[in-house]
Amino acid sequence: MALPKVPPLTLARPEEILRPARPWFILLMLLLAFAGNMLPFSGVAQALKPDFVALVLLYWCIQEPRYVGVGIAWLVGLLMDVGDATYFGQHALAYAVLAYGAEYFRRRVLRFSPWQQAAQVAVLLGLCAAIVLLIRAVGGAPLPRWTYVVPSLVGALLWPLVSVVLQWPQRPPASPAER
Amino acid sequence: MRHIPAEPPAFFNRGPSPLARLAFFGIISIALLFADTRYRYLENIRQVAATIIYPLQRAAQMPGEALAYVATFFSSQRALADDNDTLKRQLVAQSPAVQGYPLLQQDNARLAALLDLRQRYGGAATAVEVLYTGRDPFAQKLFVNKGADAGLVPGEAVVDGDGVVGQVTRVFPFMAEVTLVSDKDHAVPVKVMRSGVRSVLFGSGAGRPPELRFTAPNADIAVGDVLVTSGIDGTYPPGLAVAQVATLERDTGQMFARITARPLAGVDRSLHLLVLAPAAVLLPQPEEPAGTDTVKRGGKGKTRRGG
Repeated sequence: MALPKVPPLTLARPEEILRPARPWFILLMLLLAFAGNMLPFSGVAQALKPDFVALVLLYWCIQEPRYVGVGIAWLVGLLMDVGDATYFGQHALAYAVLAYGAEYFRRRVLRFSPWQQAAQVAVLLGLCAAIVLLIRAVGGAPLPRWTYVVPSLVGALLWPLVSVVLQWPQRPPASPAER
Repeated sequence: MRHIPAEPPAFFNRGPSPLARLAFFGIISIALLFADTRYRYLENIRQVAATIIYPLQRAAQMPGEALAYVATFFSSQRALADDNDTLKRQLVAQSPAVQGYPLLQQDNARLAALLDLRQRYGGAATAVEVLYTGRDPFAQKLFVNKGADAGLVPGEAVVDGDGVVGQVTRVFPFMAEVTLVSDKDHAVPVKVMRSGVRSVLFGSGAGRPPELRFTAPNADIAVGDVLVTSGIDGTYPPGLAVAQVATLERDTGQMFARITARPLAGVDRSLHLLVLAPAAVLLPQPEEPAGTDTVKRGGKGKTRRGG
């Protein structure tokens, strides 16, 4: 009995046509990201920890806009606000803008190489962080230190990895011509 | 002539455009922000949502807990013996004070009864464990593993072995939110243990030491002085260690001295904490004598209520 052929753990080439993602897989990955955000870190790890939920949301907004869009992003943001005990609507607004940004550039971003994609993701995650900063500044919080931008950058660096992991179940098995 | 439908077929119809959705949800978000920050309307919804995401939060704790369990299992005999030794020495060092304590307590109770003073703190305490620290870089908060199920209520003081850590600010069914003394919006009424000078310790946010604000430049405070809760706020029981004065700048040109302090408790390290039940029922606010001007108190948005 032959083992089922599994695709390699690399990023899909642009000409590869991905199968549609299953809704339960989308949901599961969002839940995992949520749990990731709740990890009890402290110190340096806490300062480095990227916003996993924003990353995964961004990926699904780009790849599966039929399932995950501005509305879902907003709802996830509300739950994040509860989990973090921040103001109600803070993450919701940030994630809704993130989802809109993804909608805006999703048609071209997949043409780029992974690291070029990561640069664009950094801009979107930075925008997300800037919205949170703006809301908190209006609420009277002091300006954070420069380390505030670090999680966005770490998130962008993780983008290629996140893409590989999240698209892996959708990749078609290698065609007979390539074997 | 063939009929051409004005709208695209349902197959292409994907609802409102993303921009319209963004505008819709953006406006709701801003409305929510207002309702939450200005009027605190949404605490009930927060309670429900917190209960829904609780299993997820517990799931996120599991890898760490498993790791800690394995680490304990393999912790060396040597480390355990050392620990045991230290604890025993501490016990011996502290036992004279503890042995004298019941006597002092009795004396104190008699004196207090004589003077008709409120009883000092002797209430119940609940041991809790830190679940996780808030991811919000603008606030200093952490979450502990007991909540309404253990009878916690907002306002209770949270301490560790060395001193005050913070205060319970929100209670969920199975966990509670603790605002740390280093949070920007947090203040503890303290007094200097050596001289009895009263002041208020304000948090300054992440990475900055708490400050003693509004203290006269000639106040009897020195670097190294220990600050304990004064208990006049009714939130913190009196006599708990809070912080130690770290820097002191007296500038006669300024109204107040610039004093920073270093928290004594492991505010950002301790994992095992104790929640102290409220000390005693506060006496009601005395009635304002008629005819005097009611002064509006600034700060914290609280106004003094007359009668």
